[in-house]
Amino acid sequence: MSSLRENSMYELTVTRFRLFLREPEALFWVFIFPILLAVGLGIAFRNRPADVQHVGATSADLVQAMNAGNGLNAILIDEAAGTHELATGRIVLLAVRKPGGVAYKYDETNPDARNARLLADQAIQHAAGQKEAVHSSNDLVHETGARYIDFVVPGLLGMNLMGSAIWGLGFSIVEARQKKLLKRFVASPMPRWQYLASFLLSRLLLLIIEVGVFLGFARLVFGVPFRGSLSELGFLCVLTSLSFSALGLLIASRAKTMEAASGLMNFVMLPMWILSGVFFSATRFPAVIQPLVRALPLTAAIDALRANMLEGIALSHLVAPVAVLLAWLVIPFMVSLRIFRWR
Amino acid sequence: MAESVTFSTNAATGLALSIKGLRKTFADVVAVDGIDLEIMCGECFGLLGPNGAGKTTTIEICEGLTTPDAGTVELLGLSWLHAARELRQRIGVQLQETQFPEKLTVEETLRLFRSFYRRGMSVDDVIGLAQLEEKRRSRVGTLSGGQKQRLAMACALVGDPELLFLDEPTTGLDPQARRHLWDLVDHLRNAGRTIILTTHYMDEAERLCDRVAIMDHGRIISLGTPPQLIASVGGDHIVEFAVTKGDGNIHPLEGTALTAIPGILSHRVDAGLHQLSVGELHTTVPRIFSALDDLGLHPSEFRTHSATLEDVFVRLTGRNLRDE
Repeated sequence: MSSLRENSMYELTVTRFRLFLREPEALFWVFIFPILLAVGLGIAFRNRPADVQHVGATSADLVQAMNAGNGLNAILIDEAAGTHELATGRIVLLAVRKPGGVAYKYDETNPDARNARLLADQAIQHAAGQKEAVHSSNDLVHETGARYIDFVVPGLLGMNLMGSAIWGLGFSIVEARQKKLLKRFVASPMPRWQYLASFLLSRLLLLIIEVGVFLGFARLVFGVPFRGSLSELGFLCVLTSLSFSALGLLIASRAKTMEAASGLMNFVMLPMWILSGVFFSATRFPAVIQPLVRALPLTAAIDALRANMLEGIALSHLVAPVAVLLAWLVIPFMVSLRIFRWR
Repeated sequence: MAESVTFSTNAATGLALSIKGLRKTFADVVAVDGIDLEIMCGECFGLLGPNGAGKTTTIEICEGLTTPDAGTVELLGLSWLHAARELRQRIGVQLQETQFPEKLTVEETLRLFRSFYRRGMSVDDVIGLAQLEEKRRSRVGTLSGGQKQRLAMACALVGDPELLFLDEPTTGLDPQARRHLWDLVDHLRNAGRTIILTTHYMDEAERLCDRVAIMDHGRIISLGTPPQLIASVGGDHIVEFAVTKGDGNIHPLEGTALTAIPGILSHRVDAGLHQLSVGELHTTVPRIFSALDDLGLHPSEFRTHSATLEDVFVRLTGRNLRDE
């Protein structure tokens, strides 16, 4: 009976786990950091219930009229002091009583100020007895899935899958090469494919924890929607992780020192952090570079994850990003198997 | 394990290793320049030479880690070209400079290496053999240099190899750790294991090895048992001294003045120190004193020792082993 404990594939995979779990920094970057980032962004970009603009007016009737309307908080202030408050940003608009009318002082380039100008004028005209020419009423919606946090969670997920795969493989392999451990393994009967496979296997097992913790958090705390099939989402995560593992393997296949590997990793990942639409839509980049942006694995991954989670689009309609990810899985993997330096 | 594999060492010839016409060049450097060598099963064989002599290249070709430019290597009657998988199972290797993962424990590291072999020692046995019982659950990062080296040895032994390669096993260790490792090698050797080791310590080769090949510039310049090699120096004893005139300054002295003395077999000067190989101390030393006296010179730092492998190397190359 060949017990599991004597199986080299098992031992290699368990070793990868041990080494990962005994590296507190790695644990932080893989598990804690994405959650902190999501919390930070969630707080910074949370949708405030009703944005109240602070405004000032030089006469009591104007103050009363503006406070009666929606979305303004008006104070009584003289023109000189008001101008100072405007300049320091404590109010965005100052309504100055003029003989026979009112003048608004505000910065036209500030959207909040323009908004306040409309609201203030509406309130003052209404108080003066203006009637609506067309009757209007409001029917408010609060759509989850349209918020920034909903947009950014799939982006962070993609970014995290990229980072953990590339760092996880790249650094471990190059470190083993630098410390002559790869050479020592090659001098033993260890099947070489098992060494590489142990990285993929441990990566997939960690993926379950990593994705589960992050998405569970996003769901419970922010109520981020999961509109698509969960099993298809799982498939996309696995595919993404494998593609970036192949890329990590390629980066690590020849580098002899950690410094060289580190430089290569940043060179590969930095453009994707910027271009692939983690924090804002990749469509904002000019049309000339769109083909490049679309061909990046992280763009494909994030597009597919967003389509699944936010729009509930089925995998069968995500052929393009899945094909890009598959290409990034197969080509780097084949190349790295050919050029891998075992010593 | 269900699989029970019995290996027979190459009983027909009893050859553990056979090398013919081995050559290897890196860029413009000729690392191995035509080596022929045969090592018998059960031997503890040493490759001795200074750094850069080609020892590591030679042993790594034997370990199947480097492919030679020319020549053939057979281990246990098998070649790397045709039986690499089987050979990997049957040899044990300890390399220079391997750093095992610092965050694994001794036991975990050995269990990992044990899993690569179809048959071998139990992890407990090999821990006992390498005397690492107390460190079994310690992380590799906390081990001393000697303990790390014993772990490397344990990893080489865990597959119960028929042929064990040790590349500079004691380099960088303090004297006590070296002696500890020597005891371990002694133990393995007495148990009948075939061992091939490289070293640039002549005392190590003398102490551990049944036979020694002295290497220099990619060639074997001398081969035999340590006593045979020492006898080849031509004298059993070495006399060393500096000479001063009355003023206390070191005085240059022509070698011919010394080699003319009967009983002196060879002479060389190393950093102002005259080194003579001598057959019989009790007749030759008085002659040296009187010859110096006649020249008005005073010997200082006068000492004698039995010839060692170091002297063999010096005699053959005109250099010290550790000059490089």
